[in-house]
Amino acid sequence: MKCGVVVFPGSNCDHDVYHVWKHVLQQEATFLWHQDETLKDCDLVVLPGGFAYGDYLRAGALAALSPVMAAVKRHAAAGGLVLGICNGFQVLLEAGLLPGAMRRNASLRFECRDVWLRVERDDLPFTRGLRAGQLLRMPIAHAEGNYEDSPERLDALEAARLVAFRYTSPAGELDPAWNFNGAARAIAGICNPPGNVLGLMPHPERCAEEVLGNIDGLAILAAAAESLRSRPPLPPPREAAAPARLPATTAAAAALPAGR
Amino acid sequence: MIARVTVYPRREILDPQGKAIRDALARVGFTGVEEVRAGKSFEIRLALDDRERAEQQLREMCRKLLANTVVEDYAVEILNGEQP
Repeated sequence: MKCGVVVFPGSNCDHDVYHVWKHVLQQEATFLWHQDETLKDCDLVVLPGGFAYGDYLRAGALAALSPVMAAVKRHAAAGGLVLGICNGFQVLLEAGLLPGAMRRNASLRFECRDVWLRVERDDLPFTRGLRAGQLLRMPIAHAEGNYEDSPERLDALEAARLVAFRYTSPAGELDPAWNFNGAARAIAGICNPPGNVLGLMPHPERCAEEVLGNIDGLAILAAAAESLRSRPPLPPPREAAAPARLPATTAAAAALPAGR
Repeated sequence: MIARVTVYPRREILDPQGKAIRDALARVGFTGVEEVRAGKSFEIRLALDDRERAEQQLREMCRKLLANTVVEDYAVEILNGEQP
């Protein structure tokens, strides 16, 4: 199960993801450069945390236009797994692979701390083995994780069950005091309607080994590996073909407006 | 032709930076400031003479890259050859 970790100029969590995939999960891993036009037959693509292109203009805005992202979009449209962590989540939003946008944290501070996440979806390729309502402790480290969209689009997102993780108190309750960036509806992570693209602000790769004192994040990467092991291979990518339409799984998902 | 593009947070969306700046303005004595919205400004020199086409292009630049229309609005202004 080959994982490609995209390296943008300014990525800084790329080696962490590579390490977990290769040395903790003992799977094949490779780096993909932002100028690459193919994904080197990777089954899973991870857009890691960091400050791609220095976060110039807006976090993720310039990275979303890099050559590798055209290949990532084809991979996603064909049903391939794509995981965006922190800055990688911001890139997915800017690329239109997931809906919504990030604003500056409501606190106006760079929030670097452990948070509690409530699992909202346990049926995604990234969350199998977890159960809905389960709490995970994970670190966040970002200045722009304040998820936002219009009320109608947020309603559509919820109706289509695309919220994968929310920030909660240690008791699993929604509580503004435990939503450190001020994200709308305490959203910490979302997926696309088929569930093969996931973006989240917390860093599972930073809590995936006993030596780090917390392995709550390992479940997400391990679930991706397990999903890939148990599913049929994807058809070969259609290079430069017209972008395929994602199948909408529910009427609510169909009603969700396309990303930018 | 020189143009100025201004990108700023949408009105219905809380702008935490603008709010902090408003509070700071109050601290230095400008108590009458009701609202501040903090955005970005771009000066763009275009190899174009046709004003209408230039405005059209600038708006497209905003939609495709300069603004994130989920949370930002934009305004396009031709400076008519004046140096900004």
